[in-house]
Amino acid sequence: MKLRHLVERLDLGVLCGEDKLGNEVSGGYVGDLLSDVMANSSKGNIWITRQSHQNIVAVASLREHAAIILALGKKPDDDTIEKATREGIPVLATDRPGFEIAGQIYALLSNDRSFRAGTES
Amino acid sequence: MSRAYEKTFPVEGDNFDNAGTASIEIKKILKDLRIDEDVLRKTAIAVYESELNIISYARSGNITLYVDDDTINIDVEDEGPGIEDIDLAMQPGYSTATEHIRQMGFGAGMGLYNIKSCSDLFEISSTPNVGTRLKIIIKRNGR
Amino acid sequence: MKLHDVVEILDAKLLIGEDRHRELEVKTAFSADLMSDVLAFAKSGSLILTGLTTPQVVRTASILDAAALIIVRGKIPSGETLQLARELDIPVLSTRYILFETSGRLYANGIVGCVEKIGGTRDGEP
Repeated sequence: MKLRHLVERLDLGVLCGEDKLGNEVSGGYVGDLLSDVMANSSKGNIWITRQSHQNIVAVASLREHAAIILALGKKPDDDTIEKATREGIPVLATDRPGFEIAGQIYALLSNDRSFRAGTES
Repeated sequence: MSRAYEKTFPVEGDNFDNAGTASIEIKKILKDLRIDEDVLRKTAIAVYESELNIISYARSGNITLYVDDDTINIDVEDEGPGIEDIDLAMQPGYSTATEHIRQMGFGAGMGLYNIKSCSDLFEISSTPNVGTRLKIIIKRNGR
Repeated sequence: MKLHDVVEILDAKLLIGEDRHRELEVKTAFSADLMSDVLAFAKSGSLILTGLTTPQVVRTASILDAAALIIVRGKIPSGETLQLARELDIPVLSTRYILFETSGRLYANGIVGCVEKIGGTRDGEP
């Protein structure tokens, strides 16, 4: 599923990376601990977090995430947006809490054939 | 009407294993005093964040709870590095937490801000290399 | 739904709460790894979904009167954490799903996100 589809359906704010909305979303990851996200998320994930400092861009870039969503109205630091723009990582925003936005993305992705359940193993 | 209640809880710096023990005890005390649920929640959060601040940053400290007919008063005093720039420390998201603290889910820079949000009166003073004091008052009659 | 239904939906292990899972009613959930976020936003009586397993998570849940803790990614908390949960009467579940999948499955079954801001109340949209 294209990132653009999620942005439109869920009315997500696009803080940067307007030109990358064609990114393919493979699944989602919710997490606020960078080492966890680094270790356990997957390529093409849409990463839902409440962390806003610029280190999130490095994590998203290294794991080749489709986008970062800042949940529950979290505002990014200025250098986060600068860095994300440079690295080509879309940063999206929503006022909804992580649980809810994850639930809604999950529902949309579940209708997509390429999506598989996320477990630890 | 309940009578005035006072108790001091010592908190040891860097002892994360017991983080929250004082707060849970204080919450139990307030529950026994039949404090309104919303007030109880705000007090518990303010005390818990205060306790975690001592553990995360100071060598040691004390949390003193004093309850009278109208208010819940919490005085927090610690001995530690203190805070250089209080305005900066009050900003949501500003944090000097170590990676160790962050990996436990704390140190997101919301502590003092959360405490202030829970308080009807909040005062903070700090002397670098000496310590920090918080005065928190929460009204018993709700918002 | 009951906590027991949550156990089924998440194919979870019920580590603490054997005595209560069939009666305990749950409606709302909050997903987070930042305990300050949980404190600032999670509504009393919510499920707390997290990847953390430290005793502090149990104490945070207790401070907030959370309904139960759901530990994701198949992690099993230490004996110390579980003992504390028993003492403080906080049910603990462990599911093999990641936080995203756990949130998605519960949301699909009618659990809603709920936010109660300290210093004011605001419910999340259903």
